[in-house]
Amino acid sequence: MLHPPHPAKPVCDASRKGDGAPLLTLSGISKSFPGVRALAGVSLSLYPGEVTALVGENGAGESTLVKILTGIHQPDQGEIRIAGKSVTLPTAHAAFENGITAIHQETVLFDHLTVAENIFLGHAPRTRFGTIDRRAMRANAREVLDTLGAGHIDPDAHLAELGIANKHLVAIARAMSIDARIVIMDEPTAALSTKEIEELFLLIEFLRSEGKAILFISHKFDEIYRIADRYTVFRDGQMVGEGVLADTTQGELVRMMVGREVDQIFPKRQPNIGEPLLTVAALSHPTEFEDISFELREGEILGFYGLVGAGRSELMQAIAGMTRPSRGSISLGGRNIAPKSSADAIRAGIVYVPEERGRQGIIIGLPIFQNVSLPSLARTSRSGLLRTAKEFRLTRTYTGRLDLRAASLSQDVGTLSGGNQQKVVIAKWLATEPRVIILDEPTKGIDIGSKAAVHAFMAELVAEGLSVVMVSSELPEILGMSDRVAVMREGRLVAIRDNDGLDPETLVKLAAGVTA
Amino acid sequence: MKALAKQREIWLLAAIALLVALVAVRFPAFARPQNLLTVFNDTSILIILALGQMAVILTRSIDLSMASNLAFTGMAVAMTNAAFPEIPVLFLLLMATVIGTVLGAFNGLLVWLLGIPPIVVTLGTLTVYRGATFVLSGGAWVNADQMSPGFIALPRAEFFGLPMLSWLGIAAITFFYVLMTRTALGRSIYAAGINPVASIYAGINVGRTQFIAFCLSGMMAGLSGYLWVSRYVIASVEVANGYELTIVAACVIGGISIAGGIGSVTGAVLGALFLGIIGNALPVIDISPFWQMAISGTAIILAVALNARGERPKGRIILRKAES
Repeated sequence: MLHPPHPAKPVCDASRKGDGAPLLTLSGISKSFPGVRALAGVSLSLYPGEVTALVGENGAGESTLVKILTGIHQPDQGEIRIAGKSVTLPTAHAAFENGITAIHQETVLFDHLTVAENIFLGHAPRTRFGTIDRRAMRANAREVLDTLGAGHIDPDAHLAELGIANKHLVAIARAMSIDARIVIMDEPTAALSTKEIEELFLLIEFLRSEGKAILFISHKFDEIYRIADRYTVFRDGQMVGEGVLADTTQGELVRMMVGREVDQIFPKRQPNIGEPLLTVAALSHPTEFEDISFELREGEILGFYGLVGAGRSELMQAIAGMTRPSRGSISLGGRNIAPKSSADAIRAGIVYVPEERGRQGIIIGLPIFQNVSLPSLARTSRSGLLRTAKEFRLTRTYTGRLDLRAASLSQDVGTLSGGNQQKVVIAKWLATEPRVIILDEPTKGIDIGSKAAVHAFMAELVAEGLSVVMVSSELPEILGMSDRVAVMREGRLVAIRDNDGLDPETLVKLAAGVTA
Repeated sequence: MKALAKQREIWLLAAIALLVALVAVRFPAFARPQNLLTVFNDTSILIILALGQMAVILTRSIDLSMASNLAFTGMAVAMTNAAFPEIPVLFLLLMATVIGTVLGAFNGLLVWLLGIPPIVVTLGTLTVYRGATFVLSGGAWVNADQMSPGFIALPRAEFFGLPMLSWLGIAAITFFYVLMTRTALGRSIYAAGINPVASIYAGINVGRTQFIAFCLSGMMAGLSGYLWVSRYVIASVEVANGYELTIVAACVIGGISIAGGIGSVTGAVLGALFLGIIGNALPVIDISPFWQMAISGTAIILAVALNARGERPKGRIILRKAES
């Protein structure tokens, strides 16, 4: 398989309808956040009366693009043109005035307002006294809903009473009422049932027939092929291909998504894999995952790949005692454990390093050594009193091995860089001397140097016989570090493969449910 | 951030010194060590109460029922003393502490197990405990002549030149200092207040930590219940009415952040002393009690404004269902 060099040339530039000029054109859009380049000179065109699918791995830059289009973020560089005219979108209101509207995964409307109020918020019909003309508003709402075939929705109902599918309908009604020309749908099907998805597609077809330009963001290939006319593929913040969907196979799309240069070097290691240590059998959760069984062996790194929302973090939280599974069992070294809290799991020897470092990992305001010793306070106390010297010794041992860069271990952990904070978080968990460590997106949003340090350290840990579960949405990391890879999709474990000649396309196909 | 907190405490100490100096210009005797010890003795109850409140506030909660708890406990021990004068005072002291802890634990259980916001729980028990005091006493007072001499003498008894009341204040300061800086519980209280989500991941039971903090504030309120009625030689339904706000004010002036996680024992003690000195000094130099209220109020706003500048902006973190 050929990995196209980046930035790849657009694969296809044909326009099926040929005659239409794009309604919205983005060119050369770049956006950086501290330490991360989210978008690097991307372009995108949306055509009236057509649905363009935006495809990319998690974190390829789609959500940043949506935020730029809806006026939440400002691009560092680049131009936005609507109907040939250059525009800026400094605020959400400016985006609205330019006829751009977005429908999100979980609609962002107001639960405590009525349907009519939601539809007309910000542009309600007025009486001659300047107050809101409630009767006209209700009548107009009725009319818009009827054109959408949503006669069953009462304009006076509170939004909170509606299901997600009906909330989407209200959001679309709102788009119609402001005469939006550009409709962005950011994973609108994520929380819908199959029947509701079909209804949503009928609506999208209606919007298309009304001449709206639609951007449809989804990770699900069957949906993309069902509804979209065109595609644009993002990878690592760059646009790597665009064209007409009918000319492209699913396989080609996947290849565009994952093909990339190797820009990271992973530590070489000699896996020394022992007996099964952690056994998870038929573990289920009422809403998040079902019937998960796998084994983790001593000295093994088991990668967990999947799309965001596939239930990986939720599964790991259950194993680490944060939530209770409804069925199934977890055993460690042949002994059944049913952790009721993270403290139980830590005692049993399982630790979970959560994904969101700032919210779930570090405690800003406490010094480094107090962050590290927090789960190990029992071990650093004697006769009920904390021994600061012991806390420092523990901290020094583990932060030293992770090559932490800090002036002093007494400094506030908030003064460290993201990469060094992550090292503190990992040190904190290692200090509890676990047998199994679960790392959830261990290198998300940290610089290359810190990434390499974390990877090298993982290799060191497994060499010492520790077992690692690594949840990651980064294919290079999954393929570079794992001994075996488990893939989850929609709350189920769809495959476990040895990482031996495993190629990224196979994983993406498994995770996205592509059959072709 | 530690350094910043230290700095705030130094500023507060400077403000207190300035206050004493200003009063001493008009009334030099005020600054004499013997008088300052009297002021400390007068403030001991507020210090004890503020320390209990501090533990609660640090866990992102608040205990508005402390003054009512104090009134109920004070009434209970005073009536016991009046009815059974032969019961030793030390036993009554223990009894006050136990009753206070039980009332505090009740607050804590509602917060921990039912997840009711602390301000709502303690706003409720503020009224309930005050009402229970009325039910217990039938609205009657317990006067000096009904109390046994030992009951009245204990806080006044002198050891090494200081009254027992001062020694109890010092004991509370020492206890809380060790608790907050040298024990796993103290560390958990800070961690749970700064970042409850990360604390849960670290194996800390945040709800139980809040519960224990409420037990501590209840215990301090109970202890103060006895000290208050024996010091002022009266127990009535009206005892310490509205005092919960003075306790919170002492904490706020002392730099305890209402958002939780930030504050120290030194701060709480200095905050209480600041209010104690204002209360003692202004009458001496003939300033009306209304000025006292205005000065305390200004100090609160200044303290909060200074703290708001010092704290980094941080959103309150709403626990996700899975993590609570």
